[in-house]
Amino acid sequence: MSPREIRLSTTPSPEALAELQLGDIVYLDGLMYTAREGVYKRALEDKANIPMELPAESATNFHCSPAARINADGTFTMGAVTATASFRFAKWLPEWLEKSGAKLVIGKGGMSSKDYKAYFVPNGAIYLSTVGYGTGALLGRGVESVEAVHWNEELGLAQAMWVIKCNRMGPFIVASDIEGRCLFERENERISQNLERIYEGTRPATLKRFGETDDKSDELIG
Amino acid sequence: MISIDLIQKTAEILMDKAAIEIPDDYLTGLKAASAVEDGDLSSFVLKAMLENYEVAKQDRRAMCGDTGTPRWYIKMGNETQVEGGPIALEAALRRATANATNGVPLRPNRVHPLWRTDHDNNVGIGAPEIEYGYEPGGEWIDLITVHKGGLFGTDYRMLFPSDGIQGIKRFYLDSLISFGKRGLACQPAIIGIGLGGCKDTCMVLGKRAACLRTVGDRNSDPRIAELELELKELGNSIGMGAMGFVGKSMVIDAHIEVGYCHTGGMQMSVHAFCLSSRRAVARVFPDGRVEYRTDPDWFTDYQRRETVEWELPAVAAE
Repeated sequence: MSPREIRLSTTPSPEALAELQLGDIVYLDGLMYTAREGVYKRALEDKANIPMELPAESATNFHCSPAARINADGTFTMGAVTATASFRFAKWLPEWLEKSGAKLVIGKGGMSSKDYKAYFVPNGAIYLSTVGYGTGALLGRGVESVEAVHWNEELGLAQAMWVIKCNRMGPFIVASDIEGRCLFERENERISQNLERIYEGTRPATLKRFGETDDKSDELIG
Repeated sequence: MISIDLIQKTAEILMDKAAIEIPDDYLTGLKAASAVEDGDLSSFVLKAMLENYEVAKQDRRAMCGDTGTPRWYIKMGNETQVEGGPIALEAALRRATANATNGVPLRPNRVHPLWRTDHDNNVGIGAPEIEYGYEPGGEWIDLITVHKGGLFGTDYRMLFPSDGIQGIKRFYLDSLISFGKRGLACQPAIIGIGLGGCKDTCMVLGKRAACLRTVGDRNSDPRIAELELELKELGNSIGMGAMGFVGKSMVIDAHIEVGYCHTGGMQMSVHAFCLSSRRAVARVFPDGRVEYRTDPDWFTDYQRRETVEWELPAVAAE
């Protein structure tokens, strides 16, 4: 069975968000911005003024650094775009979602259902995962234009806030729904049922490590 | 004497090829995995990746937005001479890395670990890494660039002889499953395993096993070759596929490289070379010829030599 494909605005209505189910494939239209640790630190810890009207201009935060350059004439060349792992930003996301009004967070690997329930659901936000990883060239084709690059001098190209106009940009996968259910945890649970069998005929290491777990349903994130 | 300008020009082309063109051996391996994958989501992901490789080549844009941490493996024949010597060679490789980062463009990933300084060109302290190997005979130089992803999928553990193959399998599964969840390792991947050496060499062996051998290649030791196939099968039996979804494609191939180690230990490292296994190779000759390929052909008999002396072949035909 092929997954369902849906076209969505980067400033989606609550109704459109409520429609989305785990595992749906989404293509986006509208403005999105990249923000990761550099932007979060500057906006939330250093209290710098966010150089965009959020969420009026965009309600979509992409955890991404593009393979891109700023040309000598001030124009931009954007090649491939791929997400970076989001769990590392859990420290800043609750405050960011509240402040920015972001409804879509796009990244790699998702967050835990605990995170979704704690601050995605109250803000009416969901998580979209990139596919692959990295369908960088496909996503690059969905970039109609680069509208601006903010904080490039302060943060460098990789951490700057890139504002991207998307035209059917995707594919993305719905990894959390409006009630905070988590696609990756659902899949982990299914896979875990097989793990005891696969570990038969192996033995734990003679020399242990501090903090080591033998519970294979544990995850590295969070 | 090999022209230094030709080396830099070739290195720039290689940076471009590595970022944009998926090597044929990996592509063939992924197509085979896609043909048998029956998990709905995993299958969708593999098809999207296959489409992504085509789009990258059509548009001449990088396959993945995270273009990894570019590095160089340089191999020379015993008679090779480079114009300007090794200092000029390293300068040419650093220039090529910086120019291509801006040219392709690549993502300027490399920053200072503490001050996060970004030169926006993937060049800095110790970056790009440049490693060397030598072969008996020959006047050529092999330029090999690898842009491996940098954050997930690699681990090291000190095992002991008493851990045995059972312990190797345990640590292998632990690494694949823990980094495979949520697809952090960007699987299905070429898994490289280093066994033995010292801690640093164990890591080097495993990384080279992942990045410098092609899909389908087997270790010259038949018993190690057998273990490689066994580990490939084991990894694909976990029940996990692309992005950590239910599926059966985790490992496109498993490569093991060994080095002699301390008598009491059995060091082990695991490395995952991702869905955008970026590598490109060129051999440059003194007469100006350049031959491009994607097989680094790094692990020759000479690289794996076991004894004190190396017997040169009677006639060094070139």
